[in-house]
Amino acid sequence: MLDFIKDNRKPVITLGLVTVIAYVFYFLDEIKTTSVLVFGWGYAVPLVLAAMVGIIGERTGVVNIGIEGQMLMSAFASFFGSVITGNIYIGMLIGIAAGLIMGGFLAVAAVKWEMDQIIAGVVINIVAAGLTSFFYAPGKTLPQLVPVVSIPILSDIPLIGPVFFRNGIFALATLFIVLAVNFAIFKTRWGLRSRSVGEYPSAADAAGINVTRVRMMNVTLAGALAGCAGAFLALEAAGTFARGLTAGRGFLALAIMIFGAWNPLGALAAALFFGISTAIASQLQADEVINIPQQFVNLLPFVMTLIVLSVAVGRVRPPAAAGQPYTKEG
Amino acid sequence: MTLTETKMDNKIGFFVRNQSIVVPIAAIFVAFVLGGILIFLQGVNPLVAYRAIFSEAWFDSDGLLRTFQKTTPLVLAGLAVTVGLRVGLFNIGAQGQLISAALASALAGIYITNLPPILHVIVALFCGVIVGALWAGIAGVLKAYRGVHEVISTIMLNSIAIGILDYLVSNPFQEPDQSLQRTKKIAETAVLPNIGVIPFGFILAIIICLLVSWMLNKTTAGFRFNTVGKNKFAATYAGINMKLMVVTGMLLSGGLAGLGGAIETLGITYRFEPAFNAGLGFDGITIALLARANPLATIPAAILVGTLRAGGASLQFETGIEPEIVDVLLAITLLLVSAPILAKYLFKGKAQKSANVTSGWGN
Repeated sequence: MLDFIKDNRKPVITLGLVTVIAYVFYFLDEIKTTSVLVFGWGYAVPLVLAAMVGIIGERTGVVNIGIEGQMLMSAFASFFGSVITGNIYIGMLIGIAAGLIMGGFLAVAAVKWEMDQIIAGVVINIVAAGLTSFFYAPGKTLPQLVPVVSIPILSDIPLIGPVFFRNGIFALATLFIVLAVNFAIFKTRWGLRSRSVGEYPSAADAAGINVTRVRMMNVTLAGALAGCAGAFLALEAAGTFARGLTAGRGFLALAIMIFGAWNPLGALAAALFFGISTAIASQLQADEVINIPQQFVNLLPFVMTLIVLSVAVGRVRPPAAAGQPYTKEG
Repeated sequence: MTLTETKMDNKIGFFVRNQSIVVPIAAIFVAFVLGGILIFLQGVNPLVAYRAIFSEAWFDSDGLLRTFQKTTPLVLAGLAVTVGLRVGLFNIGAQGQLISAALASALAGIYITNLPPILHVIVALFCGVIVGALWAGIAGVLKAYRGVHEVISTIMLNSIAIGILDYLVSNPFQEPDQSLQRTKKIAETAVLPNIGVIPFGFILAIIICLLVSWMLNKTTAGFRFNTVGKNKFAATYAGINMKLMVVTGMLLSGGLAGLGGAIETLGITYRFEPAFNAGLGFDGITIALLARANPLATIPAAILVGTLRAGGASLQFETGIEPEIVDVLLAITLLLVSAPILAKYLFKGKAQKSANVTSGWGN
């Protein structure tokens, strides 16, 4: 536990501070604070999941600009999968499978074919937008709503309970996924190998690691998390599918990944920062404390991304081999 | 070796040498076949559907004008992405630059009065170019001085532009007594005319295309652009100011996208309405990759996309197929030209490697 805190000083301090401030506000206004945090966490969930996709890819040396398209495809697949089969659980699995397929596609294009990784990602986004808007059929509704699950004991904690532990499946799983990815990247053999492939592929290769295989596997598996993010958006958050449902979240996630210094817990803190500031802005707007046009409130995350990036990039260091295809010599 | 074999070899050699033309054409062909299967699955004869697209787009004088009108901003959007790619910048924000320029030139066309016709058009076009260039310039400066990757910054600037414009046309600049979010019509003096079925803007776009091609291939500035795009380290070593090149590249790219938006406002829509130019910037990416970042090749690529966009509208009317089939056709084409699958299948070991044009984070 102490080691964990020592390893992750910044995110832990940030999360601690946020918690204290949140409880002060909770003491002042119970209902509003809870609703702001619920909104903020709901906003953060897909960003966190998508940022994990980016982190796993880049830690292994593959830049994934196509998260947006991967999420859009998965959202589409999970929604229409649910509608056609009449069962949202099968829909969720279909969404995750779609994410895996999209991840596999990026893996083949970027790793096997050594395509320019950025172009491959942008192509994924355009293809996903094209296919989902052609096959989109309006007027469909989900067969059932995603049930809200309460985790016993934890969900009874004031404030934190209803925000984090009384949710749909994907929102509940997200916290666990972040911890699992963090543990896997920094504490397991797989993580060490993946990071070595992302930092110095030729050294990893010399040590007997199959660079191509590690990259293919990680990028493909990360797609499943993009699948979760998409399924969350369509089934839990929106309860429907619309053309362009993801609305740039895949790109916000990349900014969050950089802001969090390619560290899963850092990304969690960054996503919460994004989510809560958006929630606060909306709440202030609703309370008529501030009166700026709604369009500008909606712009907040995008402007924040630009500011955060121009401050963060240069202070944090990306994995050294991110973006570079690896060709085995000789 | 017999004479016929030598001839065969020459023929294959011809195709191998001209891969940059053969592959896109093959990609379009495969996309139409796959798209045809999709259309067939919806119970429509693909040949009838394709004939509907092309007869509407080319063999009807209204349709032909519409095709050229659709093509004009696409040529410039494609050119904007192309210029960026040549300097190693992937400007996926042509959309945002184009729409902010479209509004800027609409405002210049509405609120600047008392100018003689030709001067008014020039001023309005100029306003669009400047606004487009500045909007892209933000991404250029962020990249050069703060290391923010242009793919993320331009996509953010797209969303920001959409939000700001949405506010501007629903409040300060909305046409009075109008529920639609759009501006007033521009003054007569600011209108770019049509010459028969050819909009004047199309001619302008072609001239710009030739100029850009000349600039990239025959001038020192173009040589610098290509050097930076091909090898950053060599360029730095040769004393080229990288920061300046990044900012200039983005300004030029944004200016071209802006010109596209300005021409669309002054020559086609005569006012700014957000729904008019949805998706143009993203078609620009498809066009630039289809043209393999060759400025002259953006013209046929843009004509193809413009044809599909112009003809796609009549498709639903005649066959009930949704016009989004065009998005699918373009997506498949884009996939096949940018991924090396087709080239490898056609040419095996002789396939040219697909280009690596873009950079990682913060360099």
